[in-house]
Amino acid sequence: MKDTEHEVLKRRAFLRYAGAGVAITALTMAGCKKDDNGPHDSDGVYFGSGDIAILNYAYALEQLEAAFYTQVVASPYSGMSTLEQGYLTDIRDHEIAHREFFKAAIGGKAISALEVDFSAVNFSSRDSVLATAKAFEDLGVSAYNGAGRLIQDVNYLALAGKIVSVEARHAALIRDLISNGSFADNTVVSATGLDTSRSPAEVLKIASPFIKTRLDVRDLPTY
Amino acid sequence: MNLFNIIENIESVDQEIHDRLNPRRTALKQFLNFGTKVSVAAMPFALGSLFNKAYGQAAPTDVKGILNFALTLEYLEAEFYTEGVATAGLIPSGPGLTALTTIRDHENQHVAFLKTALGADAVAKPTFDFTAGGTFSNVFSNYDTFLAVAQVFEDTGVRAYKGQAGGLIGNKDVLTAALNIHSVEARHASHLRQMRRARGGAAASIKPWITGANDTGIGAVVNGSFAGEDNITQGGVNITQLMGAMGNISVNAATEAFDEPLTAQAVLEIVKPFIK
Repeated sequence: MKDTEHEVLKRRAFLRYAGAGVAITALTMAGCKKDDNGPHDSDGVYFGSGDIAILNYAYALEQLEAAFYTQVVASPYSGMSTLEQGYLTDIRDHEIAHREFFKAAIGGKAISALEVDFSAVNFSSRDSVLATAKAFEDLGVSAYNGAGRLIQDVNYLALAGKIVSVEARHAALIRDLISNGSFADNTVVSATGLDTSRSPAEVLKIASPFIKTRLDVRDLPTY
Repeated sequence: MNLFNIIENIESVDQEIHDRLNPRRTALKQFLNFGTKVSVAAMPFALGSLFNKAYGQAAPTDVKGILNFALTLEYLEAEFYTEGVATAGLIPSGPGLTALTTIRDHENQHVAFLKTALGADAVAKPTFDFTAGGTFSNVFSNYDTFLAVAQVFEDTGVRAYKGQAGGLIGNKDVLTAALNIHSVEARHASHLRQMRRARGGAAASIKPWITGANDTGIGAVVNGSFAGEDNITQGGVNITQLMGAMGNISVNAATEAFDEPLTAQAVLEIVKPFIK
């Protein structure tokens, strides 16, 4: 892909400097321009670059969470209390709101709907569902915390800030449902009182078993 | 079309592109690299002498000012929990005491962290009045009042950090540290809301997340801490016009799903009654 792109650009550069105005045709035919959101069968779903890639990264994580809680609410585990059902339904709706918000905000550069894989989750088991929920929420918090430094546009940073604290509220609640008082224990909060942050590369490595769709994150900022 | 990609791609076949676009080649190159390269080498967290004089109780205008503003709030929280946990007969032993001790420890850790970061530029701890001039006169003798004030401090703290994130965008390590404190405050808020719900009464239906504006059951006296939390429009998108699980996303879900920032000015107005 890279080589083809390089060839295309060579042609484009040549054509431009030769004064020809048909460079776009060459790009369209090649069908693999970097910032083209068209299908990339061989490389996976392309996230874009810069802030758009970060937004698509958040969108991907929200898709994962929304799909998970949709399934949790649709097939409640045995012994789900009314209080738990209410909370899990709220969380589902928050994650859907996040997902749909990103989809709308990113617009034409948004990635497609991802295919998820929850085969490792036993949806009839409270332990399995809540352990997965805890992993997703803590991962989400660390993902937003870690992505903050990669965001260039202050408005996007503000939006990430509005979402991450809600994910932290979820994380604390889920942790307390598993074991009351574990809302901010030393598995997530350091001895200096700081929460966890993870780079996009680390987060995607942890999330990848749950995502079937192949992702093209070659231009996603990370560290 | 992405300008960065275009120039980057052209650069790979036309090494002189920067000269063609701008004779100040290095300057442009740095500009282009800004978004794609992130320094792994952590910038030293030493801020001390770099910044102008600023105070924790005035709206911050620079990184040091923001950190002193944060430190002032952490002083408030740390002393509040330290005194509460130390007050005999206030907090029943058991999970409540354990949780409040955990939160106390985090707030003291935040104070220590920010003081270390600021060094000699750290503001001094103000003298506090946790009754807020008598508004919460039984704060250290009534457990429910104590929890109510605690919850409002945490929800306000979350909003205070959120409001300063933009001001830290130029200092990535300070920003990351602030975000890592911000989410801990949100975890605290979530737990305190659960604790208050479990106590029943005016907080019997409160959730770990903020529904609408002032959902605390405490009364109008804390309205300022929740003003604007009922916002349903994010980045120009009306969340209630988006598709939810069944029909459009509800107003409650739209407000709960996004926490809102507060300006430093608004936060300082809120905490003013607590500072002597």
